[in-house]
Parts: sequence; C-alpha cells; structure tokens
Amino acid sequence: TFKSNPKKQEIMKWNGWGYSDSKFLYNKKGQAEFTGKRYRLSGMIIPGLREWMESTFSANLQHKTPAAPILNSSAVQPPTLNEAFLKELKSTGIPFSHDAEDRVFRSHGHCLHEIFALREGKIGRVPDLVVWPNCHNDVVKIVELACKHNVCLIPYGGGTSVSSALECPPEETRSIVSLDTSQMNRILWIDEKNLTAHVEAGIVGQDLERLLNESGYCTGHEPDSMEFSSLGGWVATRASGMKKNIYGNIEDLVVHIKMVTPRGVIEKSCQGPRMSTGPDVHHFIMGSEGTLGVVTEVTMKIRPMPEYQKYGSVVFPNFEMGVACLREVARQRCAPASIRLMDNEQFKFGHALKPQVSSIFTSFLDGLKKFYITKFKGFDPNRLCVATLLFEGDREKVLQHEKQVYDIAAKFGGLAAGEDNGQRGYMLTFVIAYLRDLGMDYYVIGESFETSMPWDRVLDICRNVKARIVRECKDKGVQFPPLSTCRVTQTYDAGACVYFYFAFNYRGLSDPVHVYEQVEHAAREEILANGGSLSHHHGVGKLRKEWMRESISSVGMGMLKSVKDYVDPNNIFGNRNLL
Amino acid sequence: MTILLFFPIVGSITKKDPMLKKRDDFEDMLEERRNSSDLRYALKCYTPVLYKGLTPCKVSELKQMVLQSDQLGYVITQVSKEKGVTSDEVTGEAAAILEEMAQRLQLSTVRFFAFTLSKVFKTLFRSICINEEGLQRLQQAIHNHPVVLLPSHRSYMDFLLMSYILYTYDLALPVIAAGMDFMGMKVVGEMLRMSGAFFIRRSFGGDKLYWAVFSEYVKIMLKNGYAPVEFFLEGTRSRTAKSLTPKLGLLNIVMDPFLKGEVFDISLVPVSISYERTLEEALYARELLGVPKPKESTSGLFKARKILSEDYGSIHVYFGQPVSVRSLAESRVNRSQFNLIPRHIPTRPSEEILSFVNDSAYRLVRAQEENMVLKPWVLLAFVLLQKQAAEEKQGTALDELTEQAVWLRDLSRQYGAFLHWPDHIPPSEVVSSSLSLHRGLVRISEGRVQLALEQETRGAITPEEELLNKAVVILSCASYRNQALNVFIRPALLASAIHTAASNRKQEIYNSFSFLRNMFSNEFILCPGATVQDFEEACYLLVKTGTLQINQQEVLITERGHRTLAFLTSVLDPFLQGYQVREMHTQRHSVVFNTNGLTEKQFIPAVRKFIIKHLLTGSLLKCRLRYTEVLSSDLQKNALAALIRLGAVQKIKGYVGFTHLHVHVGLIG
Repeated sequence: TFKSNPKKQEIMKWNGWGYSDSKFLYNKKGQAEFTGKRYRLSGMIIPGLREWMESTFSANLQHKTPAAPILNSSAVQPPTLNEAFLKELKSTGIPFSHDAEDRVFRSHGHCLHEIFALREGKIGRVPDLVVWPNCHNDVVKIVELACKHNVCLIPYGGGTSVSSALECPPEETRSIVSLDTSQMNRILWIDEKNLTAHVEAGIVGQDLERLLNESGYCTGHEPDSMEFSSLGGWVATRASGMKKNIYGNIEDLVVHIKMVTPRGVIEKSCQGPRMSTGPDVHHFIMGSEGTLGVVTEVTMKIRPMPEYQKYGSVVFPNFEMGVACLREVARQRCAPASIRLMDNEQFKFGHALKPQVSSIFTSFLDGLKKFYITKFKGFDPNRLCVATLLFEGDREKVLQHEKQVYDIAAKFGGLAAGEDNGQRGYMLTFVIAYLRDLGMDYYVIGESFETSMPWDRVLDICRNVKARIVRECKDKGVQFPPLSTCRVTQTYDAGACVYFYFAFNYRGLSDPVHVYEQVEHAAREEILANGGSLSHHHGVGKLRKEWMRESISSVGMGMLKSVKDYVDPNNIFGNRNLL
Repeated sequence: MTILLFFPIVGSITKKDPMLKKRDDFEDMLEERRNSSDLRYALKCYTPVLYKGLTPCKVSELKQMVLQSDQLGYVITQVSKEKGVTSDEVTGEAAAILEEMAQRLQLSTVRFFAFTLSKVFKTLFRSICINEEGLQRLQQAIHNHPVVLLPSHRSYMDFLLMSYILYTYDLALPVIAAGMDFMGMKVVGEMLRMSGAFFIRRSFGGDKLYWAVFSEYVKIMLKNGYAPVEFFLEGTRSRTAKSLTPKLGLLNIVMDPFLKGEVFDISLVPVSISYERTLEEALYARELLGVPKPKESTSGLFKARKILSEDYGSIHVYFGQPVSVRSLAESRVNRSQFNLIPRHIPTRPSEEILSFVNDSAYRLVRAQEENMVLKPWVLLAFVLLQKQAAEEKQGTALDELTEQAVWLRDLSRQYGAFLHWPDHIPPSEVVSSSLSLHRGLVRISEGRVQLALEQETRGAITPEEELLNKAVVILSCASYRNQALNVFIRPALLASAIHTAASNRKQEIYNSFSFLRNMFSNEFILCPGATVQDFEEACYLLVKTGTLQINQQEVLITERGHRTLAFLTSVLDPFLQGYQVREMHTQRHSVVFNTNGLTEKQFIPAVRKFIIKHLLTGSLLKCRLRYTEVLSSDLQKNALAALIRLGAVQKIKGYVGFTHLHVHVGLIG
C-alpha cells in the first residue's frame, strides 16, 4: 500500500496534539520543560508551571496516568472492504491504504474523549480505507465510484476538529472511506492584479502562508490550529482567524469554491467580488462540515505581506473594565489585527508559563513591573486581567493606531504592559494544546470551547458559564475545584467571541470523560440560555447537533435538510454531522 | 379524570413521611440579652459576611445607578415622548420618586433599634427562639449569591425583629420593602428608612415610570449584592394567621435578574415567624369585623404602650433552607426567550414566566407554613371553637380538654406539624399553662373551660354590639386555630369530600375533593394545578394513620377512623358555612340589584348586615347558622373571589369605573 505524506503522519503524535518531538514533561529535577526545537518555548525550562499545576488542580507528580505508548494494531477492527469499489479504485491509480495506523490516524479529531480513548488504547469504529486523491479530478472519480458502489465517504483535512466531526458513525454499516486531501496542497496560481490565489483545498495553513510569503503575499487567515488545519477544513467549518479584524474570516476571504458532490461539481461561473444571484450558494458549502461533498479548490483573497508587526499588552484592574475597553475599541472600529482579553485565572496561567529568564536584569524588571502595577497602581493581583494586542501594517500607521488603542485603554484604567507580554500571549496559543497532554499524564483533563454573543451579554455569559462549570463539577463529584476560565478572542461591531477553558483533576472518578462531557454539556446549555451561540467557529459536528433545531428553528433545519437530500440523496457523505 | 387510572395503589406511595421531617433546634437569643449589657451589645463590632461579588457603594451612588440605568433611561424617553415633556423633566420626576422611595440604611440607627428593641423584647417576650443552623445557611447563601429574605407576616413586629436578629448574629442587614402607610408616621418612618426600609406605594398600576424606578431600584440593590432584599410574599399582614395568597409583583422583580442571566443565581430564604401570642390579636379581630384599620400613626404606636405590661410568651423564628431560583427554574423556564430583545426594554412577562413565578410563590409560602412553630394553645383553640359551635354552654371539663388536645397532638404530629409540645411536662400542666397565657380569651370555672364570650360590659349595649363583642373573642381564638390549618387542610378536604360524595367510589370522591379544593383555593394555600398531588398526599396520610383503607376503586372508613374523620370534617365546617351564606345572600339580592349591580365595596358591609340579622334571629333559611366566624370579612372576600372565579358571579367594569357585580342565579347551588 501507498505510504502517503510521510512528512506529516510520521512526525505527528498518534494519541495527542501536534509534533512527536514537541511536548511538555517534568524532567529529573521535577521542573517542567518543553522539548523539541520548533517553538520559541522549545528547549526551555518553565519554572512556574509545576507549582501552578499543583496549586490549581491539586495535581501531584507522584500520581501519573501515562498513555499507551504505541498503537496496538490488534485492537483495530479489520476493515470492511467493498471489493467492487476497491477494484475500480485500483484501476484509477489513486493511492489508498487499509493499514491500521493510517485508518486510526484519520478516525478522530481532538475532542477530549477522542484523545482520552486513544491514550487508553481504546479504538472504536475507524475508516475501512484511506484514499489520497492528488487533484480535483481524482476526487471526482472517487466520488463517482463511491456513489456507484454505495460507499460512505468522510473527507479528512488536517484532523484538528473539536466537534466529533471525524468520528465514524458507529451505526454505519457500509464501508467507510476516509478521503484525505493532504496531497492536494499546491497553490495553482496567484493573480496579482486581483490579489487572489487559487489553491488546492488540502493545503495546510502554515504551508499556505509560507508559500505565499515567498511571493510577498499572505492570506492573513490564522486560526489557532493553522499549523495543521487545512483550507478545505476552514471552508467546511466556517473558520475564523486571529487577525480577522484586518483580513476577515473565511467567508470574507473566499472568492470562489469548487466542491465535488454526488450530484456533480458545484462552482460559480465567475469571480466577481459580490453577486446578487439569489442566496449565495457558497453559504451552503461553508459550514457544511463534509456532509455535502469535498471542497477541492478555492480562490482566496491575498494581501501584500505587512511591512511591520508590533505586539502589545494592556493590564486592566478587572475583567469588567477590560471588556468595556474592548467594546469601546469595537465601537470606534479601531481594533488592531488581533485583540484578546484574558481573565484573571488565564493571566495567572500565562504567568506560570513564563520561561526561565536568562538575565538578572529581566527578572529585576519583571519584579519592578509587578510592584508598579499591584502596589503603586493598586491593582488587585486576584482581579486584574490582561489584553494582548497585535498591530500590523505600515510602520507609521501602526504606531498611530497603537497610540489610539492605548489612549482608549487608559480611559478604562488600562496600563500598557509591554510587547513581551503580548508576544508571549500569542506564542502560547500554539503551545497550549500541548499542555493538555501534560495534564493528561497527571490526572488532569480539560478542553476549550467557544461561543459568540452580543456585547451586552459578554460579562453575564462569562460569569454564569464559569460558575456553572464550577457548580456542575461539584455536583458530579469532582473532588477538586476545577479551572474555569475564559477570554474574549474576537471583537465585532455587534458582539464578541469568547473562549472558555475548563479542566479538572479527575482522581477519584470512575468515568472522568463522562463527567467531563456532562459538564461541557451543561456549560453549553448555560451559554444558549444566556444568549450565546452554539458555535462561533468550531462548528457543530456531532458533538453539538442536538441543539441545532433550537438554534436555527425547524424551518431552518428543513432548509438544510432539503439541500442535503437534493445534493446527496444516498448519504454518501455520511459523517452525520450537523443535521 | 383519566389521571386516576395512573394512581399507584395508595400506601405503596414512596412519599417522604412528614413525621420524619428534619428540623433544626432552637436557641433563645434573649437569654444572652438578659445576662449582658444591652449598650455594649448595641455598640458591638459588626462585621457581617458580604456577597463575594459585591462592589461596595454608597446609598447616593445606588440612586445614581438607578437613574443612569438603561432600563430607566428607556422608560424615561418613552414617557417623555408620550407626555410631550422633556426627558429632563421626566428624569426629575423619576429622581423624586426615588427620593421618596429610597432607604438610607445607617448602622447607628440600627444600633439604636438594637438597644431599644432589646429592652422592649425582654419585657414583652419570654424568649425569642432562632434556629442557628438556619442562620449559618443564610450566611453561606449571602456570601455566594444575592439573597432575598421572605418572612411570613403576622405582625408589625416582623421586620424590626428580622433586622434585630440579623444584627445580633452579625449577618448582612437587609433592605426591606415597606408599604407607604408607614411613611405617615413622621419620625418613625424616617427611622425605619434609616434601618433599611424603602417605601412603595400600595398601588401604582398604570404608572410606567413609577414601576420602572421601583423595579430597577430593587434589582440594582439585589444584583450588586448591596444587601439582602426583604419583602413579604403575602403583601400585607395576615389578620387571620392563615397564610395569604402570595403577591407576585416583587417576586417577579427579584427573579428577573436571574432569568435574564444578570446573576448566576439568587437565593430565596423563606422565614417563618410564629408568635405564641400576637400583639395585634384583638386589633385584627375588630378589623375583620369591619372596624376600619387604624391609620398607622406615631401616636397610635405609643398608645400601644399598654401592651408592654402583658406577657406575650415566646417567638419562634425559623430560617428555612435557601431556595435557589436557578434550581426552581431548571427544566421549567426556557431562559433563551429573553435572547431576542435587549434586556433593558421592559416586556410583559410571558404566560410561562407568570405561571413559574406563581408556582414558586406558592412553594415558598408552603415552606413558610411548614416551618411555622405551633404551640399547644393552637390545638386547644381547635377544641374550644368546635365545642363553642356545638353550643356546649357549660364548657368543657379540663380532663376532657386535655384528652382531646393530646389526641390532636398525636394526630398533628403524624401529619408533620412542627409542634412545640413539651413532652417532659404532664399534659394537664401544658394545657393549663397555655390557658393561662391566653386568659383573655378563655374562662375557667369549676374545672370547666370555655371561650370568654360573656365579657364584663359597662352600660347597656345593643344585641348587635354584644354579638360583635363575642365575635371578637371567637375570631381572636380562630386566629390561633388557623395557624395549624395548613397541617390539616388536605386531609380535611378529603374528609369533607368523603362526606359529601354520593358514594365511596374513589373517582367520585376525587371529583368532590377537586371541587372543594377549587372552591377553597382563595382561602388556603393550595398550589395551582396540584390537585392530584394534594389528593395523593391526603390519601397517604389518612391511610398511614389508619383512618382509611383505599383499594383500586373504593375508599373505606376504618373502625377507628370515624373520630379522625369527624374532626377533619369539622375543620372545614366554618368555611363551608361561610361560603354557603355568601351564596345565599348573593342569590337573594341578585333580584334587588339585578338592574344596577352592586359595587364590590358595598358588598361586604351588605353581607355583614345580612349575617348579623340572621345570627341574631337564629335562623337562616333551612340551615342554622352556627359559626360566628362567618362574619369575618376575610372569609367573605375569599368567598366572593371564589364565586367570581367559578363563574357564579360576574365582575363588570361599569361606566364610572366601579366594579359591578351581576349574579348568575342559575349557576349557584
């Protein structure tokens, strides 16, 4: 069988986040350390992490819960193969595999329950076959064959889903084929006159940016998962990027989409920037979560690379002031490329992740800053919170913009807290996912989830959801107080996007994952009851589909259902997401 | 009633036995007052636990927050557009309303009250007993969530007493919703204001601005955790000692911040205050008989000084389990209904919310009732009133009274009453000490006890006055009996249903139970829509105590059940007769008033006249009128409300705004 893309699968963990060489661990001295060479934090000692973990979760280095080291192939169900399909597939020459590791690798996203099961060596229903189309026409052939032989197709991009979207429906009796788009990773052309690029949908975020950068361009689309997530996945889930304030979310960036469905290929006939041709069919595709077809090629807007980037941060006396400041920034429509507000617990967490400082001078400076903020300015260290900022553009404008934002912040009691804090905040975005694996080595499980809401409800939702999490944990018998924290990650004219992080020490629980799921479920109920949305950009998948009807009304469901029925009457794209 | 088909076989109901209800112990808070300096106590260091989310603010800042709130701002704009005046003028009006309303809680005033009340309480009462565990729970609740205190209301004393207790135990002092009538008492009104009272007009139905200021004021104090908010669910003092049908306005307001997600939760704490002897005993009786309520005035309060020389026994205050609004609303209210309208725009509560608030209110009043301490005298009142109605002129022998009281003691305990009967003292002593505390209401001669109906009188009085004097004693006594009605009401409804039903078929008994329950739903606290549960509960109690046997189809009275049933039936008798009289009167006069109708205000005195006439002549149509109690205006109002609700009487808005009553004669009977 064909071993595809050795570059990716081989250097990635099979039962955790990201690259195999990069992980947090406690070294022989009991100090936390981040291994590898890929990140700024790589190879560094993080002195505060242990104490933070011990005090936040009552975790203990003596109590370990190590993961199963290698995949036990015998635990994987033998594949159910559709011989007729396989025979015709072979004749097309498109590579495929039914190797256990290949199948397991594509059987999951990164929900807690998915990773937890893998660590315990438990394997559920996995795809029976993996195919690697190389181009749009390959996909057309595969879809035709799947229709002909009634095979279930599940498109697979970067595998970073956190909505159970990649899980094989256990009730599916047909042969399930995972359609891995990773070989379709080329930029087909760049149009400098219109500032667009035509790209194959399997390309991964970081490759797309790197390749465009070589020509002096960027898309500016930077979701937190951009190291691994793919363009097709962004389109299929309505992704959002950190710098959407300048570049827009995926729906703003996409000019043209080509998707292969059981009914044929859907695409528009031109690349006009806006059209009034009935409801925008792109919006049937964006957010369809692999239920209608495979996105194969996308034309995206590109921008010249920014001349100048500057990080920044502001400390506020409390979260309320911070939110009020973000609201004002949004009102004046002067949000920087990115502006995020962490609550107090996250601020402390960020603090705990500071690497060992190399010079006495830096640590002296840190001490001075802390003294200034808490003693001189009277900020309560248990209430203050911090906003991280990223400015982009030409140098002069950036500096002007920076001043405007800091002036607004000052009106809300905000104090500029330096570039370093800001930069570290964004760097943590990429390593934080690794941290969950460390927690799982020591009885700590957790996850993040997001929502969006109108401005006037931000504080209420943050407070109520955090409190609900704490209360549910207690009710469900969690022995230790959980970490329940949030941050505002995006601002809009009419509202904001909020992320919640939630983790707890599960010692003493017989079924920790079930408890985790109950608490997350309750937290989502709380969000919806308080006027938050079902999802801002993670999507619905199977994890949240029970709330779809109340979210979009029965008529809305009917509309989506009728599109599905028309496009895919035999449910070839049978991942059962969304509806 | 297909519902009946699904009834489990009664007896196997896995219901919590009311006898096993866990209740806290009491401590006498006056004991320490009697042994240490009141002055030092009044000046003690007071550092209550506060709400964890509190942002401290001054009284004046509170007012600013109200005036600057989006909610009020919206209404001000609306009103200024409607009336065509500037919004500054309307804001001025709002500020004036707020000025009139707002409390000015001041620790020094509370200390003054603490000192004075210590002196007063020690003279008036033997003890003030508090469940300290309840206070610990309250402290926890105050720390975690905004708290609403919901005491029962039987006396003017209630809210001073509440603040006194909270001060004593170092708990956060509440702000208290008080009726505007207190403001009439100049000095006292201001003092009450400085001890946390805020004043609301009794009626402001259509006044949008007033409503907005008021509700925003309450919500802001609650949400910010400024202080626990205290108000009386019953709206006013119950003159009969029966719990009143809860008023929903304020409860609706305090639940709103939770329903709209502005706070994580709100704790509602029912508090049951029971007086062994009510200060206002005779006052209430007179009021019920039509002597109008004296206007609250400072000088009137001083006249109450003669009260100080009497013994009022003990007070029991029970702080109930805090009830979380969140858990009440869980799986009942869809909170996302508030998602689509900005929350500062006032909206009429949906049917769903109204029925939720109503059910919650009933639940809370029942929680108050359940923790109300009953004294032996309450049981004696039952016996004495029944004897009086049976016209046993020579009274009851002490032995017999004791025997009956002990029998009733055991019965009420089985029904879950919170009875404080000192078991270590011989019953005869318990009875005689109870009688001596209430010596104004009973007369004992030659070992026989009866109600003190024949009072010493100066000069000649008319038969009508004599009747009213008797009625004062009877209604006073009834106010004690009424304290325990909630214990017996469900079994009593069942007993009466068995009595009136044409057969012993379960279905038929259920039907008449349901009819009676429906008729009396203005009279007693019967949760709307809980007929089946109430029926089950009554069946369970009567089967458990060996009064009834119930099989699939039939309800059978056991050999020893007759006594209990007779007692239970007699519990409802005065009320049944009251409602009958009401109907008869209405029926008779419908002819007279047919063309014009009758205003509601005229109706009560008319009925009273009618009853007095018949009580004096001793006959009323076919049946004898045995219960002087039917003179109670409370009973008459409830009966009228029931008749209107049942469609026997119709309320029509007249052209001059009066409410006229038209009677559908055909519907009665």
